[in-house]
Amino acid sequence: MRLTRTSALLVMLVAVAVAPAFADEPAVTIAIRDHQFVPSEVQIRANAKVELIIRNEQTTPAEFESTSLHREKVVAPGKAASVFVGPLKPGRYDFFDDFHPATRGVLVVQ
Amino acid sequence: MLATAIIVFREVLEAALIVGIVLAASQGVPRRGFWVGSGIAGGILGAVVVAGFAETLAAAMAGVGQEVFNAAILFAAVAMLGWHNIWMRRHASELAAAANRLGAAVRAGSQPLWALAFAVGLAVLREGSEVVLFLYGIAAAGDGSAGAMTLGGALGLAAGVAAGAGIYFGLVRIPMRHLFAVTSWLILLLAAGMASQGAAFLLQADLLPPLGQTVWDTSFLLADQSLTGRILHALIGYTAQPAGIQLVFYLATLLIIGSLMRLIGGAPRPARSTGATATHPTRLQPGE
Repeated sequence: MRLTRTSALLVMLVAVAVAPAFADEPAVTIAIRDHQFVPSEVQIRANAKVELIIRNEQTTPAEFESTSLHREKVVAPGKAASVFVGPLKPGRYDFFDDFHPATRGVLVVQ
Repeated sequence: MLATAIIVFREVLEAALIVGIVLAASQGVPRRGFWVGSGIAGGILGAVVVAGFAETLAAAMAGVGQEVFNAAILFAAVAMLGWHNIWMRRHASELAAAANRLGAAVRAGSQPLWALAFAVGLAVLREGSEVVLFLYGIAAAGDGSAGAMTLGGALGLAAGVAAGAGIYFGLVRIPMRHLFAVTSWLILLLAAGMASQGAAFLLQADLLPPLGQTVWDTSFLLADQSLTGRILHALIGYTAQPAGIQLVFYLATLLIIGSLMRLIGGAPRPARSTGATATHPTRLQPGE
């Protein structure tokens, strides 16, 4: 966590110092709404650490899970939780709600 | 209702398989029913408490409380299972011999099975808290499906318990002199699988490096979500796409508990006469 914060800060400092062209968002928000991931397809850059903010906008708990990313996190109703992924190789990584397995999404790493 | 049953079954399955194995592993130890029962009861109670504090837990430790908690529970269970295996190796020959001498007092049996009770309790707590959260979610949604939810939950629970009973009755058919060798291997693999799962949680919390995001991918052969995949995940820690750090923890657990079993648990061989006097078949009846 601390490392991530520090490196995120460093990245921001470097980005500010070097060029404003670095518009890369280190964080991506994925909402869960009516048993759907919004958006259900998320694109992130390869070989970078990215924070996925999972916001559960339902009245029931959800469990964000991905076997290829080795992530599983219970998100309480009306709450948000952070899941850090990467650095990842390019490819498609599936994720789903373990409490409603039909709720699926994909992380596209480019 | 069916969806509820399936999800409850999945969560119960892992704990039930563990209970089935530890029951078989403690075959012949007096009062094991009390110890394992206390473990289950304590685990259920803990599951409700943990589910109640889920939000607080998730927010703890800068947002990685859930991961650290899960990892801690898993590593504690690994330690308990390891301890039990080491202890059992010392006393297994005694137990097997005592089972042959009808009416003989089992000296080893005077030892409490607290390590086993703890391991069971932790397994039930971890899986149970997710069941409680999930069922609470359905209940809170309040779409008048309380009856269906209760029925689905009960069905899922029954199916999970049946799986645990299945592995137990399968194991106790093994002759007593081989039973402990088999169950100690099973418990060793169980512990290694839990350690690998614990490593995955610490990896998720960013407290451990991945050492290779995906070392291999066997999801085309056996997916994690399939029933076989889930059973193997519970039993030996099967993961279709393991991270390097998971393999490190898996192998280290096998190595550490395995060598401690040899070093500390290496009991002096029982006197040959003890075994020679046995005339009864060593097969045990189910349920003692």
